[in-house]
Amino acid sequence: MRPGQFVEVRVDGSPSTFLRRPISINFVDREANELWLLVHVVGAGTRTLARLEAGAVVNVVLPLGHGFTLPEKATPRKNREAQDGNSKADGDGEVQDGGRYLLVGGGVGTAPLLYLGQELVARGGRPSFLLGGRTADDLMQLDLFRRFGDVYLTTEDGSAGERGFVTQHSLWNSVAVSEDISEGTALPAFDLICTCGPKPMMMAVARLAREKGIPCEASLENLMACGLGACLCCVEDTTDGNVCVCKEGPVFSTDKLKW
Amino acid sequence: MADLTTHIGSLTLKNPVMTASGTFGYGLEFADFVDLSQIGGIIVKGTTLEPRQGNAYPRMAETAQGMLNCVGLQNKGVDYFCEHIYPEVRKIDTAVLVNVSGNCPETYAECARRIAELDDIPAIELNISCPNVRQGGMAFGVTCEGAASVVKAVRAAYPKTLIVKLSPNVTSIADIARAVEAEGADAVSLINTLMGMAIDAEKRRPVLSIGTGGLSGPAVKPVALRMVWQVFEAANIPIVGLGGIMNATDAVEFLLAGASAIEIGTANFIDPAVTLKVARGIDEYLDRHGFASVRDIIGLAHH
Repeated sequence: MRPGQFVEVRVDGSPSTFLRRPISINFVDREANELWLLVHVVGAGTRTLARLEAGAVVNVVLPLGHGFTLPEKATPRKNREAQDGNSKADGDGEVQDGGRYLLVGGGVGTAPLLYLGQELVARGGRPSFLLGGRTADDLMQLDLFRRFGDVYLTTEDGSAGERGFVTQHSLWNSVAVSEDISEGTALPAFDLICTCGPKPMMMAVARLAREKGIPCEASLENLMACGLGACLCCVEDTTDGNVCVCKEGPVFSTDKLKW
Repeated sequence: MADLTTHIGSLTLKNPVMTASGTFGYGLEFADFVDLSQIGGIIVKGTTLEPRQGNAYPRMAETAQGMLNCVGLQNKGVDYFCEHIYPEVRKIDTAVLVNVSGNCPETYAECARRIAELDDIPAIELNISCPNVRQGGMAFGVTCEGAASVVKAVRAAYPKTLIVKLSPNVTSIADIARAVEAEGADAVSLINTLMGMAIDAEKRRPVLSIGTGGLSGPAVKPVALRMVWQVFEAANIPIVGLGGIMNATDAVEFLLAGASAIEIGTANFIDPAVTLKVARGIDEYLDRHGFASVRDIIGLAHH
């Protein structure tokens, strides 16, 4: 199971719910043999799921889709330069860890970023979290996020963190633009930005990432039926044409998206 | 253990459970969940002569006991199928059928001709009933003349088993069935989706990108069952029944109404292993009632 993948939960006991509900993997605790789903109540299906009691049996298809890019043995930066044919970086000891990541989440879209944070740290990555909500009540699991990296917050009403949207946080002022990176200045930069949340938020994050020359991956939540790439209902119009978010995504490089 | 083999024209299926086009991909997507070789037949997704991008998102709306879709026959075209998909699906040890669509009798026929060259595809299902494309599709399936014109063209181009998938969006499905039978169709499958729509009250707009879509799922089952019943009375070719089948009991009802085989569609989305459960359940039903063969119950409710 990789961060960014999702599950399809069958909702029993809700007559008005016909299809399974796709829900991203919030956290995997392998020692406790637990898989966590963070369920945002929006309709009858999610309301029924939220009322499940401890010990209830749930029918789930998992894991589905493709998740966020994780550092393997080489660092993301070295990978990129190797792909560019820049052999100079090979063997250069500059970035020998798993890379720096900015994980930007909004509302319940923060859910997959917790598991992503854990898996990045496990691979030597250094995640920072930028989490936004309408009010402080929307910001959940903050203590858990803090286990894996720095946490920056925004709320629209200013009840927690900085007032405004995640894209307005002062953190962005210190994120290098691409020229700074190429000149080797010491400004804090990120190897990859990962985002999940409302589409307008992700589009704004993708724009900022592009301005700053940082690769960006976004997790989409198009309406799904099968979750297996068979029904072709959840398609996103990409540079490769209409592709299934459930199968080819839900995580896409924003370069592939027509945002 | 009853004999589950059944016949659709010259095609023999190891059991009467097939998968409905557009709900099971190319079968390979479900290989993690079911032993594909145990399914009676796999009807792969709608294929057209030229590649099609399909309709814009959103393409789906959940409804009471069902769903609407307006996918619009997204597929990479028949040449892509022949080169890239066929070599994979031919390895599946069961009947693999291709659902063929077009925008005029000539494109239907040309697409069918290409599929006819594939040795391991024993039959096609002709889709004259897709409600989600502007040209062709359902336009042919809602008049006897239109349906006959497509079947005539395809029959001349396609020598193997030809199943024609009928639209329920008609006044008399029996008349359409007779019209395609007269042009040489070997069998009919019914029903395709019922045309419907959903409106978002908050946004005050249709939910689906093209406004309307095709309704499937348990909500359509009584309509489908009635139509299978009527076509069984009116025509003399085998019927493949589909529409909202979720379990073995639903499937048996279609067989009793006159279907020689059934297709499972939307239920695959809820339970990716439903096909084999239904096949097993039919077997248990036959044993329980002392029938030696599934063929013994085809149309039995009419007697």
